[in-house]
Amino acid sequence: MSILVQNLRRTFGTFQALRGINLEIGHHQLVALLGPSGSGKTTFLRMLGGLDFPDPGNGRIIIDDEDVTEQPAADRKTGFVFQHYALFNHLTVYENVAFGLEVRPKATRPSKNAICDRVLELLRLVQLEGLEQRLPSELSGGQRQRVALARALAIDPKVLLLDEPFGALDAKVRKDLRRWLRSFHQEIGVTTVFVTHDQQEALELADMVVVMNQGQIEQVGPPQEIYDHPATPFVYEFLGDVNKVRKPGRPDLFYVRPHEIQIVFAGDCSADFHARIEHLFAAGPSARLTLRLLDSRETIDADMTRQQLDEMGLSEGDEVGLKLSASPPSAPPAASL
Amino acid sequence: MATVSKNTAKRPRSILPGFGLSLGFTVTYLGLVVLIPLTMVFVKTSGLGFAGIWKAVSTDRVLAAFRLTFGLSALAGAINCVCGFLVAWVLVRYRFPGRRFLDAVVDLPFAMPTAVAGIALTALYAPNGWFGQYLTPLGIKVAFAPLGILLALTFIGLPFVVRTIQPVLEDLEPAQEEAAASLGATRGQTFWRVVFPPLIPALITGSTLSFARAIGEYGSVVFIAGNMPGKTEIVPLLIITKLEQYDFAGATALAALMLVISFLLLLITNSLQRWSSRRHSK
Amino acid sequence: MKTPSRSVQDPLWAQTLLIGAAVSFLGLFLLVPLASIFVEAFRKGIAVYFSALTEDNARAAIVLTLTVAAIAVPFNALFGVAASWAIAKFQFKGKSLLLALIDLPFAVSPVVSGLVYVLLFGAKGVFGPWLKAHDIHIIFAVPGMVLATIFVTFPFVARELIPLMQAQGSDEEYAALSLGASGWQTFRRVTLPNIKWALFYGIILCNARAMGEFGAVSVVSGHIRGETNTLPLHVEVLYNEYNFAAAFACASMLSLLGLLTLCLKTLIEWRAGLRRHNH
Repeated sequence: MSILVQNLRRTFGTFQALRGINLEIGHHQLVALLGPSGSGKTTFLRMLGGLDFPDPGNGRIIIDDEDVTEQPAADRKTGFVFQHYALFNHLTVYENVAFGLEVRPKATRPSKNAICDRVLELLRLVQLEGLEQRLPSELSGGQRQRVALARALAIDPKVLLLDEPFGALDAKVRKDLRRWLRSFHQEIGVTTVFVTHDQQEALELADMVVVMNQGQIEQVGPPQEIYDHPATPFVYEFLGDVNKVRKPGRPDLFYVRPHEIQIVFAGDCSADFHARIEHLFAAGPSARLTLRLLDSRETIDADMTRQQLDEMGLSEGDEVGLKLSASPPSAPPAASL
Repeated sequence: MATVSKNTAKRPRSILPGFGLSLGFTVTYLGLVVLIPLTMVFVKTSGLGFAGIWKAVSTDRVLAAFRLTFGLSALAGAINCVCGFLVAWVLVRYRFPGRRFLDAVVDLPFAMPTAVAGIALTALYAPNGWFGQYLTPLGIKVAFAPLGILLALTFIGLPFVVRTIQPVLEDLEPAQEEAAASLGATRGQTFWRVVFPPLIPALITGSTLSFARAIGEYGSVVFIAGNMPGKTEIVPLLIITKLEQYDFAGATALAALMLVISFLLLLITNSLQRWSSRRHSK
Repeated sequence: MKTPSRSVQDPLWAQTLLIGAAVSFLGLFLLVPLASIFVEAFRKGIAVYFSALTEDNARAAIVLTLTVAAIAVPFNALFGVAASWAIAKFQFKGKSLLLALIDLPFAVSPVVSGLVYVLLFGAKGVFGPWLKAHDIHIIFAVPGMVLATIFVTFPFVARELIPLMQAQGSDEEYAALSLGASGWQTFRRVTLPNIKWALFYGIILCNARAMGEFGAVSVVSGHIRGETNTLPLHVEVLYNEYNFAAAFACASMLSLLGLLTLCLKTLIEWRAGLRRHNH
C-alpha cells in the first residue's frame, strides 16, 4: 500500500506546523518520521490518519491511488496507535480489539464468531493470549502498547500509523518491543509509519527515515545513508554525537563524530589539534574521552578502543594530539554557524 | 466519639510542629459543635422506645410526607441527571460567546439563599406570576402543588450534577475519541460506546448528591409547596410543624430517621466518588 | 481541555442545537428567577424599595445577620486551618473517619441542624432546666442562631483547604524549618501565602451561606421581630404578610450578596486557572 503526499501545509493560528511536505512511501515499508518536538512530525502523522487536515487547498494525500485528503478518520481505514495508546479503559482487552469490527454497519459487520476468531488471532499475534478479559488498567505498559496495536490491526488497515510507539515505556521494555516490532512488521507486511524523536530508534528500526525540522523535511533515505551522508547541518547534529570544530586558521566550522577522531601522542607532528584529556571513561570495548582543545579552549568528545587506550597508557590530564580522518566522510561545512 | 479518634491518633514522626494543637482543636470543636448535638437526636429518640418511634412515624401524615419528599427528590435527581449532563457537556465541549458567564450562572442555586430562591420561584409560578399566568389556563398548576416542589428541588440540585460531571468530562482524553473514529466508529457510536460509559459513575454520584440535598431541603420549598398536610407537606416542614406544636418526640423521631438516611447517602456518595475517581484515574 | 480535532468534533448544527438548549434552560430556570427578584423589588418604585431596607425591623435584621456571620465565620475559618494542618501535614489513624465527619453537616437537613440545638438547649432539652435556672437564653435567642449557623457552615473552609494542602505536600515547610524558621514563622511565611486564596475562597463561601441560611436558623430563632430575625427570616415574615415589594427588596440584598460571592469565586478560579497555566 503506497502513500503519496504532495505539498502538505498546515497552520495553527500563526504557527506554521507543516510548510509543504512532499513524500512518497512504497509498499510494505517501515518508515520513521524523525525530528525534535515541534518539527511537525505528529501533525503529519495525524493527517495521514485523517485526524487532522491540511489548510484548505494546500496539499494532497493519496493512499493507494485514492485521494483521501478530505476523508475523515472513520472512512479512511488507517490503523492509528496513539502515543498513550488511548485504550478504552472501561472495556476489556477483548472488547478493545473487537471495537473496530463491532461498530461496522450491519451489512459489513462480521458475525460474532468471526469477530471472536479474528480477535483471538490478533491477540495471539501480539502475544497476549489469555489476557482477553483483563481491563487495560491491569496491564503493563508494553502489554497496553500491544493491545493498541492489535486494536488498530483488527480493521485490516491499509497503513499502520504509530505515534511515538515507545515513548511511554521504560528503557528495557523499549528495547524488547523495538526488536519485536521489527520482526512483527516483517510478518504482517503492512506499510507502517511511526513517529519518534529518538534517532537510535529510527535508525535501528526503519527501512526509510524521514528527518523533519520546523515543518519541513530535511532528508529522506535509508538509515545508513542518512547517518553516513547527512544532507544538512541539522541532520548531522540531530543524528548521533557530533563535535563542532574550527580548523586552525580557518573560519568555518566542521562536524566530526567522536569515532572519527584519531588520538595520537602529543609529540606526533601529523596531529591537527592538541588537547588535554579532561575526563576519561571506558565501558566495554570502547572509551569516551572529553578533551579540551589547547588553542581554542573548546571541549570535544572522542571515542577510542579500550585496547588503544591501554596501549597508549593515557590518563586524565595528559596532553594528546588529535587527527581528523583525512577527509571525514560526512562533514559538510556548516556555513553559517 | 470525639475522644476515640484522639486516643487512636498516634503521634507521627514529623518535624513539623503543631500536631497536638491542631488535631486537638479540630477534634474538640468537631465534637462540641457537630457530634455531641447530633448524638442528642439518637439519645432522645432511643428514649422513646421502639413503640414510641413507630407511633411517631407510622401516621398517614408522616408516611405521605416521606413518600412526597423521597419521590420528588428522586425525580428531581433524575431530571438533573439529564439536564445537568446537557449543561456540563455544552460548557466543556463547545466554545461560544458567553460560555464563562453561563458557567458561573450554574452556581446560582448555591449562591442564592434558599429563602430567596423560594419566594422568587413562587412569584414566577404562582397563578398570576410571570410563568404561572400562561400555565394556569393550560390546566398546569405549579405553585402550591407537587410540581412546584419538584421545580424547587430540581433548582437547588442542578449544580451538584453539573459540577460533578464537568471535571470528568474535561479529563476525557480526546485521543480516545480519535481512536474510535480511526477504527471506523460513527459519532453516535463513539459517544455511546466510548465517551458515555466513563461518565456513568459521575452521573450517578451527581444525581445522588442532588437527591441527598433535596430530601433535606426546606427554604426553597416551603414557599412554593402550599404545605397541605398529606398532599404537599415535605418531611423537613413536618419536623418544624411538630416542633411548633411541642410534639418533641415526633419531631425527634423524624429527625433521627432523616439523619440515618442522610448518613447512608453520605456513605454511598463517598464510595461512589471513590469508585468514580478510581475508574477515571486509570 | 485540549481542543478536540476536527475529526471528532460534533457537527455545527448539533452544537448549535445543544448550546441553544442549554442556554435557554439555564436562562429560564436560573436567570429569570434571579431577574424576577429585582423586578419585583422595584415594582412599587425606588422609594418603597429603600424604605423597606431602612425601616427599623429590616435594619435590625441586617445588623443581626452581620453579627451572626461575624461570629460564625471566624470560628469556622480557624477550624478549617487547624483541621487542614492536622490532616494534610500529619499521618494518624482515623484520618479518613475524621474527614468524613467534617463533611457531616453538609449531609444533614438544615431543619435537623437547628433541631439538635433545641434538643440540647431548649426548654425541654438536656441543659434546658439548668439554663433556665441561670437565666441564660440560647434557643429563641442570638446564641442559638450563631450555633446553628456554625453548624451548617462548618465544613466550608476546611473543605477548600484540605485538598489543596494535601496536594501541596510539606516540602516547603520542611525547607523553612531546615533554614531555621520557627513553627509559627513557617506557618505565617510559607504555609499561609500558599493557601491564602483557597482560605479566602472558603471564607466567602462560608460567609454567603452564613448570611443566607434559613432552615436551621428558622428553627432556633423564635421569630421575634427586631430581635431574632435575620434577613432571610425577615424576608419570610414580609412575604407571609403579603408585603411582596418589601420582601423582594430584602431578598434583592441577599441576592446581591450571592452575586458578589459568585463574582469573587469566578475571579479566584480564573486566577488559579491562570496560575496553573503558567506553571
